[in-house]
Amino acid sequence: MSIAVPDPQIAAHLEPGALSAGRRQRWRELGRELLRQKLFLVGAVILLWWIVAAIFGYQIAPQNPYAQNLTAINLAPSGAHLFGTDNLGRDMLSRVIVGSREILIIAPLATLIGTVLGAALGLAMGYLRGLFDDVLSRFVEAFLALPLVVTGLIAIFAFGRSNTTLIIVIGIVFAPLIARTVRAAVISERELEYIAAARLRGERALYVMAVEILPNVLAPITVEFTVRLGYAIFAVATLSFLGFGVQPPSPDWGLEIATNYGQVTAGYWWEVLFDALAIASLVVAVNLISDGLEAVLER
Amino acid sequence: MVAFFLKRLALALVTLWILSVLVFLAGQVFPGDPARAILGPLAAPQAVAALQRQLGLDRPLLDQYWRWISHLVQGNPGLSYQYQAPIGPILTSALYRSLKLGLLAFVIVVPLGIAGGVVAALNVGRPIDRVISVLGLSMTVVPEFVSGIILILVLGIGLHLLPISASPPAGAGFFTTLKYLIMPAIPLVFVLFGYIARMARAGTIEALSSDYTRTAVLKGLARGLVVRRHVLRNSLLPTITVIATQTGYLIGGLVVVETLFRYPGIGSLVANAATNKDFPMLEAGVLTIGAVYMVATLLADLLFSVLDPRIRVAGAEQG
Amino acid sequence: MSAPSPSPAPAAPALELDGVEISYRVRGRTLAVVRDVSFAVARGESYGLVGESGCGKSTIALAIVRYLAANGRVSSGSIRVDGRDVLALSGRRLRELRARTVSMVYQEPGRALNPTIRVGRQIAEVFELQGLSRREARERAGEMLARVQIADAESVMARYPHQLSGGMLQRCVIAMALAARPSLLILDEPTTALDATVEAEVLDLIAALRQELSTSLLFISHNLGVIARMCDRVGVLYAGEMVEEGPASELFENPRHPYTVGLLRCIPRRGTSKTRRMLDPIPGFLPDPGSRPDGCIFAPRCALARERCRAEPPPLYQSGRARLARCHFHEHAHTLPRSEQAQGEPSAGRPAEQVPLLSAARVSKTFRQAAHQVHALQDVTITLAAGETLGLVGESGSGKTTLARVLLGLTGPDPGGEVTLDGAPLAPLARSRTPAQLKALQIVFQNPDAALNRRHSVRRLIARPLSKLGGYRGEALARRLTELLAAVRLSERHLPMRPVRLSGGLKQRVAIARAFAGDPRLVVCDEPTSALDVSVQAAILNLLVDLQRRQGVSYLFISHDLGVVRYISDRIAVMYLGRLMELGPAERVFSGPHHPYTEALLSAVPSLDGVRRERIRLEGEIPSAANPPAGCPFHTRCHRKLGRICEESEPPLLEVEPGHQLACHIPLAELGREPAAVPIGEHVER
Repeated sequence: MSIAVPDPQIAAHLEPGALSAGRRQRWRELGRELLRQKLFLVGAVILLWWIVAAIFGYQIAPQNPYAQNLTAINLAPSGAHLFGTDNLGRDMLSRVIVGSREILIIAPLATLIGTVLGAALGLAMGYLRGLFDDVLSRFVEAFLALPLVVTGLIAIFAFGRSNTTLIIVIGIVFAPLIARTVRAAVISERELEYIAAARLRGERALYVMAVEILPNVLAPITVEFTVRLGYAIFAVATLSFLGFGVQPPSPDWGLEIATNYGQVTAGYWWEVLFDALAIASLVVAVNLISDGLEAVLER
Repeated sequence: MVAFFLKRLALALVTLWILSVLVFLAGQVFPGDPARAILGPLAAPQAVAALQRQLGLDRPLLDQYWRWISHLVQGNPGLSYQYQAPIGPILTSALYRSLKLGLLAFVIVVPLGIAGGVVAALNVGRPIDRVISVLGLSMTVVPEFVSGIILILVLGIGLHLLPISASPPAGAGFFTTLKYLIMPAIPLVFVLFGYIARMARAGTIEALSSDYTRTAVLKGLARGLVVRRHVLRNSLLPTITVIATQTGYLIGGLVVVETLFRYPGIGSLVANAATNKDFPMLEAGVLTIGAVYMVATLLADLLFSVLDPRIRVAGAEQG
Repeated sequence: MSAPSPSPAPAAPALELDGVEISYRVRGRTLAVVRDVSFAVARGESYGLVGESGCGKSTIALAIVRYLAANGRVSSGSIRVDGRDVLALSGRRLRELRARTVSMVYQEPGRALNPTIRVGRQIAEVFELQGLSRREARERAGEMLARVQIADAESVMARYPHQLSGGMLQRCVIAMALAARPSLLILDEPTTALDATVEAEVLDLIAALRQELSTSLLFISHNLGVIARMCDRVGVLYAGEMVEEGPASELFENPRHPYTVGLLRCIPRRGTSKTRRMLDPIPGFLPDPGSRPDGCIFAPRCALARERCRAEPPPLYQSGRARLARCHFHEHAHTLPRSEQAQGEPSAGRPAEQVPLLSAARVSKTFRQAAHQVHALQDVTITLAAGETLGLVGESGSGKTTLARVLLGLTGPDPGGEVTLDGAPLAPLARSRTPAQLKALQIVFQNPDAALNRRHSVRRLIARPLSKLGGYRGEALARRLTELLAAVRLSERHLPMRPVRLSGGLKQRVAIARAFAGDPRLVVCDEPTSALDVSVQAAILNLLVDLQRRQGVSYLFISHDLGVVRYISDRIAVMYLGRLMELGPAERVFSGPHHPYTEALLSAVPSLDGVRRERIRLEGEIPSAANPPAGCPFHTRCHRKLGRICEESEPPLLEVEPGHQLACHIPLAELGREPAAVPIGEHVER
């Protein structure tokens, strides 16, 4: 037994969403809301910079990242080499800039695969329930029992070290994680009466999942995508550091750190610090973006 | 409630079993011929065949799996290739060392994270909240090896405050061990702090805006009392389950941190096994990790059901 | 309700608001949601604040106890409790005020108590605040629980909130609120979430305690009947302004503001039914919160409005002794013309020839829940004819919603039960039924927010069933869409909109259009107006009646609002704990002789048609469906219980007169009837 909503719900009436018109304007409003958040802007700017670096790396870099110069090894940062050189005389700044490319290809692709698979899985599990859901949940749990790094490790071990394997492995490991969140959202949507109304029209399961439920869980799916993207970058970098990610001679940041950190004890800190900072800035940027998106979408 | 627990246990065992199958497939089936992988592409076919027989790889798959799992359950994970020694003791001591490190990280991060989240929630929107939230967020997403390296550079090499190798000398006392372990523990703390603080913050905010908090305030209780007595119990309940799931991230972090600091825990054991193609060690190690995670979640579930009266006491409506 | 004779003390009123304006800051804009509200509650008096959604009544309550949201504030005016300026208090003084002088009781008792602390402890806390030791506080808590008529206080104190029923919880909350003997008790929709019979008990309790403790009450509700019953004086709020004030009895008999007039006319009263007249809704919509028009805020919806009303905001005029009305034409308020809807043709009622359409035979439904089985439905046999409206009433656990779901195929009955349509058996679940069968049975849900897919446009929401169920395509579909829109009085410009942009009433119209898209023969209406404002409710009911007249559709009308059910139904079925207790023509079931449960239910509902001289008290709570009593399920609470026979044998559902079935051991001649109604002013409450 419920009644007309009492006053504390007045805030609901005051949502501008209720008063604005049309689809295009809603997107514009969303955009404006996002831009109003300073942190989101910071994240977006940083990410944009790295995307530019990934695409135009070779043009932007001051020197050839692969050019060895054995007379200029292990030089500290200076005017000629802003980030110093490594033990083969290669310019660190150029390597850092170009090192963004692979990680920015691998991580988003992997996340995309994981999101699509995970969303489909989550929709099916959440809507169909029953034995299907029970059995698949056990598999999902099994995947979740291991940290991503460990699963990535053993999967790369099983299928070989290549970028494609990396993408597919991370994508497949993400799918259950995303499926779990989507499943939860679907289960709560399923209780709402518009689903019962659809069943009373004789709609098939596929129609209900794709046309009725999916539009309503897009917001959590989008947020999951951005959150996982950050984690994908994290994971690729970590796996590269462990030797199971991007393979040499790529100037990938994680790989660079793995190769060079023995040099740290000799005092050549620049061969490791700038790559570390690059990784840190990228993941922080992506997470600021996902936080901002979450705040706006879940309103 | 006992029934609930037993059911969860049964489910966990099923999951563990599925995991063992997956691990077996990944360890011995998919990589192709393990014997050739060990001996290299140039080895003579007879040598490969001999090794295959020795390792029992010429038997049918199901048979191999059965032998492996039945031995495992009895406590015999087999022999390691790289060390040519029983895996059991190596694994156990590695696990023990990892537990020390992990526990240290936990003991630091859990109170810190909860305190941070609660303080942020009590001051929503104000500067301290933003600082804690952004700080937590930034620290969480930085990979452990990145923060680890920065720490090594700054604290270890730059300031010479702490030793950069994590292994204390044999027979070291409690505080010395602590000094050695603290630097590898810190990257783990960084990563976990964000998650825990975020959960605690969200839970506290929700509890603060609930009807029962309103009732408590309107009864005339002082704010401190309201928070301590009414809000915290409800906000911390969901945080407990989250803490358990953090074990997963913790272990992942252990793999990296142990490799970086060259600490012989289970994480670096697994990483090395993968690098050196030590199949039995890899499989046993990964399965152990999975089991540890499940034990942690089970304990968390148990704790949760004990603490939440809605689960502990039957909810039958009574007139 | 006659107040105890007031002590001749010139004490300050318990509550006094003067020119209060409350505003919220939302996204940079400041919106005044309460404007210029003034009223006073004398010592020992019971004052009612009544109004629809958005009128500001709950906001006022929160402002009094200083618990507005962070973005809300009292922008002008003063609030005094016991003579003290509430807005000037802070810290310790404010806490003292909350601890000793003012208490509040809310709508959802389950949420008002901390789920992780035992109930007794939460009540004892109030006493501890007054300085008592733990042990003493506990004793006093126990005494307080006994005072709110909880029999086994000790065991209740040891329980957690989730272990108690709604009625029980509300009593505990009331005990907690009155523990400190406050001079003012604010109640915000305290019984809205409770079943009718439980609500009656709680209201009685509040009235009794008020007498005992001489507490002043500020009673907030949207339910005019409850206000009429519980309050001495009433203030009517509309869109943040007080539009009328006066003694309860006079105000409801003789309203002086067109809004109040309209509101009273919306509510179906005893004596009218759809066959006599259409209901009289208030045209138009509630204004946006915070909007400030030039003239009278009600003018856009008022049939009496003139130029003056639109230009000049009316002040509060004196309209008789102790009466105030914010209307330039308050003396003529009662001449408010009826809306054009009300002048429409009434329904013809039940068709003369009874062609059976849908029937359920021996339908039972048992749910398995952890340890026990819940018997939601027990052996129900019922038939619906074409073109008739069958009203289904019952409280929680009665099984009325489960019955509807079984009929529709959303859940399957236990083996042995059967549902037939036009004589042919229906598959238990919807997914196994033929398209023709699905087409014939549709539903309108209670909550349009959950019932309409919020990401779909109105066009899609209605066009989909048209094509799926009705088989329309292309041109024919477009034409039928336009027809449907006109039938539910929506316009083409609503088509591209999403539900979030529509008001509750408009959303429900979309839901109705959707239900009728496939030309159904039976539409289940599950509390279709319960989530809507009273003024909108009337319009929706008129719409349903109109559609029935034109299309000859049958309704299974489920509602807890007996006034509405009586208005719209041809026949009525009364359910209790999954069983049919009574089934018969509407007027017969209401006027009697009728089943004791029906009798108690009617007696419990507070209505504007007056209060019965003798209210029937039902003992205890509604038993759980997991553990129904042996014999007649109602015997544990029945006021006419015969004796052993009721405890041991379950009475079968028998036809006691043509068309009227009853399940009771008492012979028809000895059963109760509805007493004559007594106008509100002249009753005696005991």
